[in-house]
Amino acid sequence: MKEFLAELMDLPGVSGQEEEVAKRIAGEFSGYCDEVRTDRFFNVYGIKKGRASGGNPVPRVMLAAHMDEVALMVRDIDENGFLKVTKVGGVDQRILLAQEVTVYGREKLHGVVTTVPPHLQETGDTRKVVKMKDLSVDVGYCAEKVRELVRIGDLITFCNPMVSMQGSMVNGKSIDDRAGVAMLKGVLQELDSLSFEAEVCAVATVQEEVGARGAMLSAFQAEPDIGIAIDVTHGETPDASPDDTYSMEKGIVICKGPNMHPGLTERILETAREYGIDCQISTCARPTGTDARSIQVSRAGVPSILVEIPLRYMHTTVETLNLDHLKMGARLIALFIASLKEGWQEWLKY
Amino acid sequence: MVEVLKRLTEARGVSGNENEVRAIILELAAQTGARVSVDRMGNVLAEKAGRPGSKKIMLEAHMDEVGFLISGILDNGMLRFKTIGSIDQRLLLSKRVLIGESRIPGVIGVKAIHLQEPEERDKVFPQKQMYMDIGTFCREETEELVEVGDYASFDSRFVRFGDNKVKAKSLDDRVGCGILLELLKETHDFDMVACFSVQEEIGLRGAKVAAWHIQPDLAISLEGTTCADIPDVPDHMQTTRQGKGPAISFMDNSSISDRGLFRRMVETAESHSIPYQIKENVAGGNDAGCIQKSRGGVPTLVVSVPCRYIHSPSSVMDLKDYSDTLRLMKEFLKGCETR
Amino acid sequence: MKELLANLTGIYGPSGNEQRIREAIENEIRDTVDEIHTDALGNLIAVKKGSGKKIMLAAHMDQIGLIVTNIDENGFLRFTNVGGVSPFNLIHRRVIFGNGTAGTVGYETEMEDMKSLKRNRMFIDIGAGSREEARKCVNIGDVAAYYAPMAECNGRYFGCSMDNRAGCAVLVEAIKAVKQSPNELVYVFSVQEEVGLRGARTAAYSVVPDIAIALDVTPTGDTPKTVPSAIRLGAGPAIKVMDSSIIAHPMVKELMIRRAEEAGIAYQLEVLTAGGTDSGAIHLSREGVPSGVLSVPCRYVHSPHEMVDSGDLEHSVELLVKILEKGI
Repeated sequence: MKEFLAELMDLPGVSGQEEEVAKRIAGEFSGYCDEVRTDRFFNVYGIKKGRASGGNPVPRVMLAAHMDEVALMVRDIDENGFLKVTKVGGVDQRILLAQEVTVYGREKLHGVVTTVPPHLQETGDTRKVVKMKDLSVDVGYCAEKVRELVRIGDLITFCNPMVSMQGSMVNGKSIDDRAGVAMLKGVLQELDSLSFEAEVCAVATVQEEVGARGAMLSAFQAEPDIGIAIDVTHGETPDASPDDTYSMEKGIVICKGPNMHPGLTERILETAREYGIDCQISTCARPTGTDARSIQVSRAGVPSILVEIPLRYMHTTVETLNLDHLKMGARLIALFIASLKEGWQEWLKY
Repeated sequence: MVEVLKRLTEARGVSGNENEVRAIILELAAQTGARVSVDRMGNVLAEKAGRPGSKKIMLEAHMDEVGFLISGILDNGMLRFKTIGSIDQRLLLSKRVLIGESRIPGVIGVKAIHLQEPEERDKVFPQKQMYMDIGTFCREETEELVEVGDYASFDSRFVRFGDNKVKAKSLDDRVGCGILLELLKETHDFDMVACFSVQEEIGLRGAKVAAWHIQPDLAISLEGTTCADIPDVPDHMQTTRQGKGPAISFMDNSSISDRGLFRRMVETAESHSIPYQIKENVAGGNDAGCIQKSRGGVPTLVVSVPCRYIHSPSSVMDLKDYSDTLRLMKEFLKGCETR
Repeated sequence: MKELLANLTGIYGPSGNEQRIREAIENEIRDTVDEIHTDALGNLIAVKKGSGKKIMLAAHMDQIGLIVTNIDENGFLRFTNVGGVSPFNLIHRRVIFGNGTAGTVGYETEMEDMKSLKRNRMFIDIGAGSREEARKCVNIGDVAAYYAPMAECNGRYFGCSMDNRAGCAVLVEAIKAVKQSPNELVYVFSVQEEVGLRGARTAAYSVVPDIAIALDVTPTGDTPKTVPSAIRLGAGPAIKVMDSSIIAHPMVKELMIRRAEEAGIAYQLEVLTAGGTDSGAIHLSREGVPSGVLSVPCRYVHSPHEMVDSGDLEHSVELLVKILEKGI
């Protein structure tokens, strides 16, 4: 999973323009699935069928992890060739100063987010957050050349390929939620060595960062009986409240709350206990900010659960992850799917 | 009818954890002879078929109430919590709650006034710093009784007081549920589907799913709505007034009522001399908003019982408004029959 | 175009009250289409049959307005907004109700700081002296729209409701101008866009298009010290890249750009950080509908005097016709 994740993190796939990363994912899934297809919005569906025993209806389980990343988009080109930009998804603009970026125009261009040197700043300037409208990207060309190569609407991603840190910790950009997509591969891989009955539909979704839109479309299409969303949650850091953050080493996180089906949530926690997989519990009092939000209310409703991976510094270029969690999560979900045998419908009752 | 309302309001049913209310509604709806079922999201449906080929009318009320989700356990045994649905954080202080399946009693406390600095008394105490106390002394003791992810609700009894008034929690929208249960006792020549939805308070979620599979021809949502005829609220913000009858909405933040349905409801009230009022402010959202947008579109209307102090543990309603709302709906439904 | 626009912008039709504008548009296009009907929420849906892909065009017919919530004892009307109406755009504006009752908007002048101006400190004055007198012309629940008949100056038109009667006018003219098309064309004049893209959502569900294009207006960034935007009045129709409701499907966006370039029509690319259009709702219908937006640049959106350019209007019609007349 680590190599796949590193590759994914390097591919451009800003919300609404996921074609390139979708292709790579479809290629990877085909090694583990009976069927792979991509829809018009570039959601990628990997279908893996289990072996049904007897005449029982098998559950269709949809797994969802989003492939899109937050980034920037060109909204204007000024008379000196500097690019004016806007956010796509929840980028914290405070991290932008001095970032290196890649501009996907007619060619891939390297760029730098402009900064004013301290010598020229007025006292008090450094205490104020820079506004988006005052930021520009410098690609090193004159205005005429820039206009040939770059167009309004072109996407701009951050540059930060994966770097390994101590132990199994790594950092980089777009770990949210390429780690989830890597976990999808992990689940499909684990299922190869388990006997299971369900029909699994692993979906790498698009446009989650702008409102879980890909999940709306793919859940409608897939019509699952059960939904499992995989996304990241906040890892502990000194500047954040312990109520909303989770340890980077105490296990995979399972979410409880109205967005989650209580019966299924208990079932996956039982599976974790049975197989000795460490779990932490997170709570969300409202529809979660993940694909689960859309899946739960698709068509006539889909009982859903949410598996979360603790991630520090979310939506920055130095997102930090513990790779062990990927293995734990993949194993847990695969075992849970394998536990869906005769009588699974009972678990969905209220 | 009042007994049913007492049972409904004292039952617990925070959005996402409506089990207690659902059980009561399943029991009472089945007694009316309706065909009762629970859908994939936990909505309760009670159906009475009419003549074949007739219109399908969906009558809807939500079962859920605002409440809390336990989000953490402190070393000293106290609990951190998040609010489910929109609650004014200022009213949380010094209230009793019931936590988890076993209804563990707890309090949302705050340090005594004697211990506060003068500046503190003037500041709102933020919800994120609040805690629930169940009387334990350490984390381990608490962990035997309560889990992170448990739901908690206000602890508030149903009380009759004043001149035919009622105080209870969750009048929004157990009044709607109560009226629906009464309406289910009748049979009509059209298909009637009573839908008791979940998770309205956190985004009209249950009704979205219900409307999808019910596919009604028209829908009416029954709500308990803002009634702010109290001191310090200027006349034009009061929205509805207690004692003036059911409130019929022309528009709120989630839907514009179907003009035809609105007119017919007003005409029904007038021709049967039932007191009514027009909900005056465009405030609040409700399930009609998502039912209206379902599939190819559904004409909708909202009819409400005026309730003071909604989203608090002490809502107040006039029982006459409740019975007038029921009367209006009964007459309206009779008028929907094809002759 | 000028007469059509002047006519359409002057017809009463705030969200939820679109009957009159729907009738007017139906009269304009009835003879040009094969089928026409109105759905449960009031959307006008017209079909020009064809065998190829099904293209849905959507232009919202509703306007923003003010809805009366209370009538005080002295005959002043309290109101709230239908759609996005800033209190600062209302001060002493003339407004008009469906039955022709006219009024002006006042506010509680004892307020010391204009920053505290909110809708609930304002009222409509229809000159009535008492509640009873007011009730003779207006009821709670009635909606008033801006009153600002269209004017022209230097090839630009301004008045109320360019958002989105300009979009409607472009679509009406395109409907009449399309000579033949390999596609099936479904024209939807939608309702309740201003209160949350509601009509378009249900219409898309029933129509089930293969692709969709919404016609709307978009704000420009070419007035003094304004929110930055690359869009300028007179620089041509705008092809949407992104707003807060949709990231335009690359296939549709590229198609629109191609057709513009083939026909030599100057166009602009539009990136907005706020705002939404009918395509925002349409593209999320069922399994998803690749969608885009063709916008008419417009200054002072949601004010009583929105301004559009006559050239932009003509070129928008031209571009739309080119898109419809060719294969997808």
